Amino acid sequence: MARDEWILREHSAQKLQDRKIIGINAETVTNIASSEFPNQNAGESHHWDIENFKKNFHVQFHKNDPFDSTFSLIGIDAPIANAFRRILISEISTVAIEYVYVVNNTSIIQDEVLAARLGLIPLKGDREGLKWMRWFKRPTEDSDGGVPTDYNTVVLGLDVECTWKDGAKEKARRGENDPKILYNNSSVYASQITFRPTGQQSQRFPAPDGIIQAVNPDILIAKLRPGQKISLSMHCIKGIGADHAKFSPVATATYRLLPHIDIIKPIVGASARKFSKCFPKGVINLEPVTAEEASREGSGYEGYEGEPKAVVLDPMKDTVSRECLRHDEFKSKVKLGRIRDHFIFSVESTGQWESDELFLESVRVLKVKCMKMKKGLEEMIRQ
Amino acid sequence: MPSQMTDRDMPDAPPQEQEHEATNPATGDNEEDQEPSRIRVLDGAQPDAASFQFDKEDHTLGNALRYVIVKNPVVEFCGYTIPHHSEEKMNLRIQTYDGADVYEVLEKGLDDLMDLCDVVTEKFTISRNNFNSQRN
Repeated sequence: MARDEWILREHSAQKLQDRKIIGINAETVTNIASSEFPNQNAGESHHWDIENFKKNFHVQFHKNDPFDSTFSLIGIDAPIANAFRRILISEISTVAIEYVYVVNNTSIIQDEVLAARLGLIPLKGDREGLKWMRWFKRPTEDSDGGVPTDYNTVVLGLDVECTWKDGAKEKARRGENDPKILYNNSSVYASQITFRPTGQQSQRFPAPDGIIQAVNPDILIAKLRPGQKISLSMHCIKGIGADHAKFSPVATATYRLLPHIDIIKPIVGASARKFSKCFPKGVINLEPVTAEEASREGSGYEGYEGEPKAVVLDPMKDTVSRECLRHDEFKSKVKLGRIRDHFIFSVESTGQWESDELFLESVRVLKVKCMKMKKGLEEMIRQ
Repeated sequence: MPSQMTDRDMPDAPPQEQEHEATNPATGDNEEDQEPSRIRVLDGAQPDAASFQFDKEDHTLGNALRYVIVKNPVVEFCGYTIPHHSEEKMNLRIQTYDGADVYEVLEKGLDDLMDLCDVVTEKFTISRNNFNSQRN
């Protein structure tokens, strides 16, 4: 490897950095695929080296709210970043309503539609309690499935009846037609779902905050009118997003590559102002041309002292709309791109997990996958 | 479950039963050991060129594993495919230079991917903790 390292050092850092930039033109993209593999670039190794990865990989946090975090993974390749994203969406387990037992439903929403709505309500509960929950084995064609018990099934209830409020009929006669004034329970909300703990669940999900409940209490489930009634019980089980979207722990989990704006030739004066308007606010800054720049020959700023020049301030805010490439005056002065190994992740949780914990869980899931496959491989070799 | 069963009939957990239902019936996701192997070698395998079939895996593991295996200098070719989308199967082909053993290459790939996960977890945790403490 000594020879490889020597040659790698010969390459200027700039050249390696340039190779990381994906070119974005008005109509096309260039230099899309990474070539950092063995036998791709003469004299460069690029073999997998964990120490090298440790040195070059960085994480940068931009935002870390409980249910919304943004962070950059720098120095990682697309197949790996994409694996994390895919796992976030479809392979992290959450608890959601799976079985709805309707005792009475005289509302205008049909049982099956109501059940589908209930299933999609994001739930929350004590984190340790949720981790303690096991998988419920569903019945299949060949087997009866598991028995629901306190460690694999959470029971929720919903019992609401719409009635007239006191004196509301008189108000109605006088022309009042606001259902909120006339009736009790004219709208059924997620906050009316009740937790019915069994077995160990009252300790595992301690009241009041640890109980299984809707993340957002204001989700509208149904509308009722006097005499209509909903009475049902629900069984929640653990599942994954690959099976049904209601089990997906994220509202969105996406990444984008860091935009790159390279101003090759000076953009000054009115042109600079126009240029900055081609980008979202905060991407391009206007700075006055200094006396030194104006007096330096060949700088392109000669005679422009004190006038504004365009400077890249924060490319992360750019949406890569390519608006600047629609104006002929900028076409030869700017080069747009994206950094191939800079992934800006955005993870928005539905509320059962915290966003940063979700990402760590996705990494753990990928590792568990590898561990299982390694075990399977060892078994296969032994046979 | 039997339809006549009501919530009140639901038994509490007998502690020894817990182990049986640790497997995710949808994916076979299991933290314990008693899971059947989900990997096999397809016909026509040679010591330095073989195709492996992974059950219940997709692009998530397929592309990530392909990437780390391609990073191994003894590998001449590595690619993966999902032969048909209605079957939960993923095929991974490895060909090596100079008669290097494909099983070792695959095992190294899995090891490398696990090492990578450890580094990502470590760096992510440090960065997050720094960010949180700076904010407070």
